[in-house]
Amino acid sequence: MNFTTILGDVWMPTSASTVADDTDAVFYFIHYLSAIFLVAIVAATIYFALKYKKRSDNDKTSPIEHNSKLEFWWSFLPGLLLVVMFIWGFDIWLKLQVPPANAMNVRVTARQWTWQFDYPKDGITAGELVVPVNTPVKLTMSASDVLHSFYVPEFRVKKDVLPNRYSVAWFEATEPGEYNVFCTEYCGKNHSRMITRVQVKSAADFEAWRETGGVPPGTSPAEAGKIFYKSFGCNQCHSSDGTANTGPTFLGLYGSSHGLTDGTTVVVDDNYIRESIEIPGAKVVAGFQPRMPSFKGKIKDKQMVAIIEFLKTLSK
Amino acid sequence: MSGSYGNEGEQSYLSRKGFLTWALTLDHKRIGLMYLGAVLFFFLIGGIMALLVRTELLTAEGDLFSGDNYNKIYTLHGAIMVFVFIIPSVPAALGNFLLPLMLGAKDVAFPRLNLASWYIYLLGSAFLIFSVLAGSIDTGWTFYTPYSIGPSDNGNAIIAATLGVFILGFSSILTGVNFISTIHKMRAPGMKWMDMPLMIWALYATSVIQVLATPVLAITLLLLVFERLLGFGIFNPALGGDPVLYQHFFWFYSHPAVYIMILPGFGIVSELLTVHSRKRIFGYKAIAFSSVAIAVIGFLVWGHHMFVSGQSELSSTIFSGITFAVAIPTAIKVFGWVATLYKGSIRFTTPMLYGLYFIFTFTIGGLTGLPLATLASDVHLHDTYYVVAHFHYVMMGGLVIAFIGGLHHWWPKMTGRMYNIKLAAFASVLVFIGFNLTFFSQFFLGSQGMPRRYHAYDRVSESLQGTYKFWHQMSTSGSYILAIGLFITLGYLLASLRKGGTRSPHNPWGGVSMEWLTATPPIEHNFEGQPVCTHGPYEFPEIDKSAQDKH
Repeated sequence: MNFTTILGDVWMPTSASTVADDTDAVFYFIHYLSAIFLVAIVAATIYFALKYKKRSDNDKTSPIEHNSKLEFWWSFLPGLLLVVMFIWGFDIWLKLQVPPANAMNVRVTARQWTWQFDYPKDGITAGELVVPVNTPVKLTMSASDVLHSFYVPEFRVKKDVLPNRYSVAWFEATEPGEYNVFCTEYCGKNHSRMITRVQVKSAADFEAWRETGGVPPGTSPAEAGKIFYKSFGCNQCHSSDGTANTGPTFLGLYGSSHGLTDGTTVVVDDNYIRESIEIPGAKVVAGFQPRMPSFKGKIKDKQMVAIIEFLKTLSK
Repeated sequence: MSGSYGNEGEQSYLSRKGFLTWALTLDHKRIGLMYLGAVLFFFLIGGIMALLVRTELLTAEGDLFSGDNYNKIYTLHGAIMVFVFIIPSVPAALGNFLLPLMLGAKDVAFPRLNLASWYIYLLGSAFLIFSVLAGSIDTGWTFYTPYSIGPSDNGNAIIAATLGVFILGFSSILTGVNFISTIHKMRAPGMKWMDMPLMIWALYATSVIQVLATPVLAITLLLLVFERLLGFGIFNPALGGDPVLYQHFFWFYSHPAVYIMILPGFGIVSELLTVHSRKRIFGYKAIAFSSVAIAVIGFLVWGHHMFVSGQSELSSTIFSGITFAVAIPTAIKVFGWVATLYKGSIRFTTPMLYGLYFIFTFTIGGLTGLPLATLASDVHLHDTYYVVAHFHYVMMGGLVIAFIGGLHHWWPKMTGRMYNIKLAAFASVLVFIGFNLTFFSQFFLGSQGMPRRYHAYDRVSESLQGTYKFWHQMSTSGSYILAIGLFITLGYLLASLRKGGTRSPHNPWGGVSMEWLTATPPIEHNFEGQPVCTHGPYEFPEIDKSAQDKH
């Protein structure tokens, strides 16, 4: 571990959105000011403690009880600084609350424990947020189960995602790259796994991504299926290496037969997979809870085919 | 306050033996002591949970516990620490013991109610313990809906825990009512409001909040139970309810509860810094009234927990503004404490060390509230480790440090024994270093974006994962040092009680407030006859009254 790189950016992570530098400015202003106050208070405490350390049993102490002037100033001056902080923070926050009119629209759906991003204009659905650099992006978000929260540290943007209303957040990324999207409102067992990425691409790269629906041209269906397996977040609950998780593993699943919770047995074929994705509660494999949300209408036909092809490769 | 009202020959309140003399006692001192035993027990349990959490976070992978178990452990840590340790620690344990003594009274106004509140506390705690046996809750101590009302394997545990907290609330309310009545009606003759020790002012402000805010929590949790059992639909979006409403209800109590937790700490520190520096408090009225101001303003800031939760922009703006207003009375107190040291005669006793640590740790806790009150920076910091660090600096660096200091200050009064003072000073240094290493590291974690309540951080991208791991390891190392310090403390405190432990003199610190005028430990009825208050609580003989006119 390189100590200097850690201490180099010890407070804030990289700044990668238009609002990040503004937020950092007020953050650092408050912290430097706080440091000055802390040092003054600690210095005075240590100085007094050492200077007026008990010398003898005959020590005399000052009868001082208060000093109105001093008390007035040490209330009034910090008070003024607090007003500055309030107004400064408020001003930047207003910017955060009002998405620009020309912002690109993305719909965000949060559910235990995946993110889904829909691009209404392009009919693209993805599990990772892909955006062009230097373009304002407006997120209209809702949850399908419990509370979640959308957070990208590098953008300094966070907003809770609720099941009963739409919440809105926006950002304009300034640096191409990949950043974490965290869920920051506790949402149960796999809360700490509800992490995806936001990919900030150059305008040209973003266009290319959009035209192919998120899959590079020339990708085989099975390879595309592997991308969807991750981007739709199937991997959060279904492993591909045989490990048990919230849902059955995909390793060796295709073509196998499974006992269901209702006592019957089913052979995993194309139709069963499709049904399980669209109506997950219909046939639940014995030993598992019906926790999976429906992806009906979210996963398009071509994507469904790709996912099935990917599953087949896991059973060879 | 002339003369002494307790003599060595008279019976100490501890002298009667037998289980029933404790179980049916109406003596506030014994009730306080029983509370003390209980809160220390829960502090130990909550602390062990904290160590498990810290140990899990040593590595990025969730390799020590499953996600479910981790969530239960951190929930239990929070719920135990808040509801059965911190909230009753100073008021119900130390406060019960000290309040009548400091007022020159023979007991609290309603001794039977006091005993009832102890049993209600036990009942509430039993529900919490039952909830652990019934599968344990994993909702976080905040019980946010709809997670807490959704399908869960531990539905019964959630009901048991919320009912437990509901019951504990009554214990808190009854103690508050008792204290308010006692302070109003039972002060010794001659003791005016401005002659009361600041500890009493702090307990007074705390009691007012307990009485006014706790019912809201009670109703909220009762609604939650109805929601689970009967499908009321007040907070459940599937039935047209609103989870944000739950947050409003919850924080309407739980923010004032923060002041229930910290105000008594302010009271203790005011006593420690004066007695051990032989000085009057600097700005008595300012410190007394700022407690009341904090209690009042504290009712109007709950929305600062919800800047990103979906409440209206206007509400957030107003709550941000009012939150800054709390900083002013808080700053007044800190400056007053520092100024109290000026031209004193300072003894570096263990209680005093904790008083001095408090100035440092609480100041950090207070100052780091500012970027959280600021709207724009709170958006970045909300629900990250920055918040975790901030409230631990306030709750542990503030209240718990003050509580431990107060425990060392009044331990001789309560038990008649003196602990090993060298070991105590040594352990206090470990606590101080361990605490700061544990929680200062978390400020960096949080500003770097590490979300709270994460069981693992192995899915975080490489670049941030290294940073998180480094600070988590720092924090965990600190927590071990802190734990060693606290275990040593527990050890020498218990050791002082053994047969042949050092007896404390009646007034080891030379205190002049009324609790020091009776025997140590106090006699059963506190004072022989009715003591009369003739001077303020900080009129130490060392004060150079001849210099008075210069000021």
